[in-house]
Amino acid sequence: MTGTQRSLHALNRLGFGPRPGDLEAVQRVGVERYVAQQLSPESIPEPGDLTRRVASLHTLRMTPVELFVEFQQPVRDADKDDPDARKMAHREARQVMMEAVEARIVRAVYGVRHLHEVMAAFWFNHFNVFAGKGLCSIWSGAFEEEAIRPHAMGRFRDLLGATAKHPAMLFYLDNWQNTAPNSPGTHGKFDGINENYARELMELHTLGVNGGYTQNDVIALAHILTGWGLVKPGGQMRAPPNFPAQNFWMRPGGFFGPFAFRRMRNPNNPARANGLIGQYGFFFHGNRHDSAEQSILGRTIPAGGIEQGEYALDLLARNPATAKHISYQFAQYFVADDPPSALVERMANRYLASDGNIREVLAAMFTSSEFWDRRYYNNSKFKTPYEYVISSVRATGAPLINVLPLAGTMSQMGMPLYGCQTPDGYKNTREAWLNPDAMMLRLSFATALGAGRLPLDRRPDDDSAGRAGLGKAGRLRPINFDGKPKFKMDPPDPAELAMTLGDQFSPRTAEAVESAPAQLRAPLILGSPEFMLR
Amino acid sequence: MNDPMTMRVANQSDDSDRPGAQAKDAIGRRQFIRGAAMLAAAGIVMIGPQAWAARALAGDSNRKRLVVVFMRGAVDGLNLVIPYGDSQYYEQRPTIAIARGGDGALIDLDGHFGLNPALASLTPMWQDGTLAFIHACGSPDPTRSHFDAQDYMESGTPGVKSTGDGWMNRVMAALPGTHSPTEAVSLGPTVPRILSGPLPVANVPLGRAAMRPIPLDNPKIEQSFDGLYSGDDALSRAYHEGRIARQKLRADLEQDMTAADNGAPPPNGFSDDTGRLARLIARDPSIRLAFLALGGWDTHVSQGAAKGQLANHLRPLGDGLASFVKDLGPAYDDTVILVISEFGRTVHENGNGGTDHGHGNVMWVMGGRVRGRRIYTQWEGLAPADLYQERDVPVTTDFREPIARVLGLHMGLPASQINRIFPGRQPESGNTSGLIKA
Repeated sequence: MTGTQRSLHALNRLGFGPRPGDLEAVQRVGVERYVAQQLSPESIPEPGDLTRRVASLHTLRMTPVELFVEFQQPVRDADKDDPDARKMAHREARQVMMEAVEARIVRAVYGVRHLHEVMAAFWFNHFNVFAGKGLCSIWSGAFEEEAIRPHAMGRFRDLLGATAKHPAMLFYLDNWQNTAPNSPGTHGKFDGINENYARELMELHTLGVNGGYTQNDVIALAHILTGWGLVKPGGQMRAPPNFPAQNFWMRPGGFFGPFAFRRMRNPNNPARANGLIGQYGFFFHGNRHDSAEQSILGRTIPAGGIEQGEYALDLLARNPATAKHISYQFAQYFVADDPPSALVERMANRYLASDGNIREVLAAMFTSSEFWDRRYYNNSKFKTPYEYVISSVRATGAPLINVLPLAGTMSQMGMPLYGCQTPDGYKNTREAWLNPDAMMLRLSFATALGAGRLPLDRRPDDDSAGRAGLGKAGRLRPINFDGKPKFKMDPPDPAELAMTLGDQFSPRTAEAVESAPAQLRAPLILGSPEFMLR
Repeated sequence: MNDPMTMRVANQSDDSDRPGAQAKDAIGRRQFIRGAAMLAAAGIVMIGPQAWAARALAGDSNRKRLVVVFMRGAVDGLNLVIPYGDSQYYEQRPTIAIARGGDGALIDLDGHFGLNPALASLTPMWQDGTLAFIHACGSPDPTRSHFDAQDYMESGTPGVKSTGDGWMNRVMAALPGTHSPTEAVSLGPTVPRILSGPLPVANVPLGRAAMRPIPLDNPKIEQSFDGLYSGDDALSRAYHEGRIARQKLRADLEQDMTAADNGAPPPNGFSDDTGRLARLIARDPSIRLAFLALGGWDTHVSQGAAKGQLANHLRPLGDGLASFVKDLGPAYDDTVILVISEFGRTVHENGNGGTDHGHGNVMWVMGGRVRGRRIYTQWEGLAPADLYQERDVPVTTDFREPIARVLGLHMGLPASQINRIFPGRQPESGNTSGLIKA
């Protein structure tokens, strides 16, 4: 690989591709230095504009409980016979999802902590929750903020614990209802074991499908996790038997309101101190927990309360099968759809030696000869719709006021943000995403963006132009170069675009671009086979 | 309505309430016609509608088709095919039961079950023996979550969440011969779970969105990309298959618009979509599988009886399917239509004049080779002791069993393939032998 190719490879794999000037910047400091910086994201200052913009999205800073009180309760309370009131409450609740989508897209487009952003998307997908399932519509963004981003490059065990206790995950995989049969807390739909989370915890989150666990392990783990649930915001709740009775708001039958939650977030609160209440709305329902001794993966977990689950998470996080599963997934995302097994093995060893330190495993991969092997340069990874859309907008340096056209395009391409129904998340392989319809949509998007016909530079509600280019769901609309456009942004300059991308095009692409009409040159660069790959 | 998926489908399928939508559509339509004219002028090699029709006329007797309609949100099967012979039915549903006689009476089917009068337009199919119902049918998984139940019904593996593809994509893979880009068609904005998987699926947007071309439909734009994808690599192949699929769909849209211009009633809603699908199928023998979904069945509140919310949703579905059969013409003989929903609803009417999430439901099967005018069921009755968890119709027929029969006897797949499409199914559940004429 040439120096330019190495720099481009690093930008394409550690991040979502170059913005104008990125390639020169990497070449200036050197690729090794760039990789080292990216492995320490806290050392890279974020642009002030981005920080301010993200800070303006106020629902992003709300906890699941606050979100419930402010956005879900009104939906529930709205008079069933008053459709307008219900519509309004639903509309406000949708705003939460819109802000999460906006935050994710502007961070990916403008962020300079490239690797951290990639890891945030990677881990959200690994621990996927589906915003279309009930309360996950208001909690998916909080899940990313609170459980994923803080631990994206930290210790796997911390990440695992944060996702296990987050209300979005508890709700999505039903563990909040997982109840020991015949336990004193049994009531209503809390009437038995629910294996859903326990199964996915082993199959998807940690050990992997061939990770050596059995159906008995799933059942035992489900018993261990009984009672791991949610506080009941604004409603009646029962205190677990060993609960400090002096806290008036936690007395049996006590009332939980927003103020109570502020106290609950106080780290000095005794309930917080013994781990029964999590920071974000986790609650351990001791009266629905099966405290019996269990055996998983050949290890005995002594009788107990919440500590049984913590112990089980320790075991899972340290298991060699987990080391291998996580390493494989890293290598598949960063290196090749079918990654070299010797590399995966070395990464798994580093995982075990570092007690699941994500940064160390990544470092092992980025310093491997496999990562820099020529055969993986710009031909082994076909971009997902998310990567394609984000990298396109980055490359053009287009102003991004309105993210709706981008979110709509991702949906149209079958990869709606926060919209993966299944717990295994979206795949990142060529097999999953390369299909005829996908090519048509990618080239249509390339044309719209490259010709300045996407309304990215204005608020959707500024004027009709904001949605003139898109239908309600942000669909791509036809373009007729002969007519007079309803709106137009400055299209990217094709020569600058080619420079941003290092001008690494095949003769076929170069010729097609040169022989195309001027207004189609930027679309052709964005629609080139080279840019479909990373 | 706490069913986000249903609402999503409903929201995306229609934006006619948007101010100015009509005017914009008219513009879009004109632009589209101009685009089609330019396409012809550019001399692009295209499979013309005539050539297409000729292929259809020539016929291919082995080209069997399967159309699946998914009623998302769990339709109330007990008010769809009504067990009026069970006295419990009327006891449990004081305000929402469909009456045996008088105004808005049910249509008797077999002396025990009756059809909701809103589906009267399906009675000709019942009479000529090409419509059958399977009652107490559903998923063996006990979930009452729309999300999980739909997911399981689409993956074809109840209880297993990690199945990556949908059963219809697996069916496509099992069909012999080369796969064409329009072999499977989905009506809707994205590829649904049931069709997702390694093989390509063509999308026809629903409702008015179907009339909207994408930027690449402009031939000048399309041509420019040809130079980029002239090779024999995987990307170039996908590109060319995509162009062919869009050309076919465009040709069909063009025909539709010509038909509409000839004084046909303005298309609307479901009838419009089924009509478009029928014409696509009748013209293009390469279409083997089609899927569309409808929302709005989650009737927790005020579902009504012979009139009301449920009837208002059923009527256009029945009318749409009846006109679909008519539009299919002779192709109906080679087509099986399945109408499914993720689970049924409670036998007992709730305090809000509605019904809550239940278990067993009714599946509809229509087609030229269906042995119809029959209700296939192991009916246990509606006495509380005979119900699932003393509240719901039990599932006595695994939903995969009748589908497996359709795949075997209609689509001609061997048992080994069917077992791969539906792994872990309990064979011989229920009583659906004879559903498809051999």
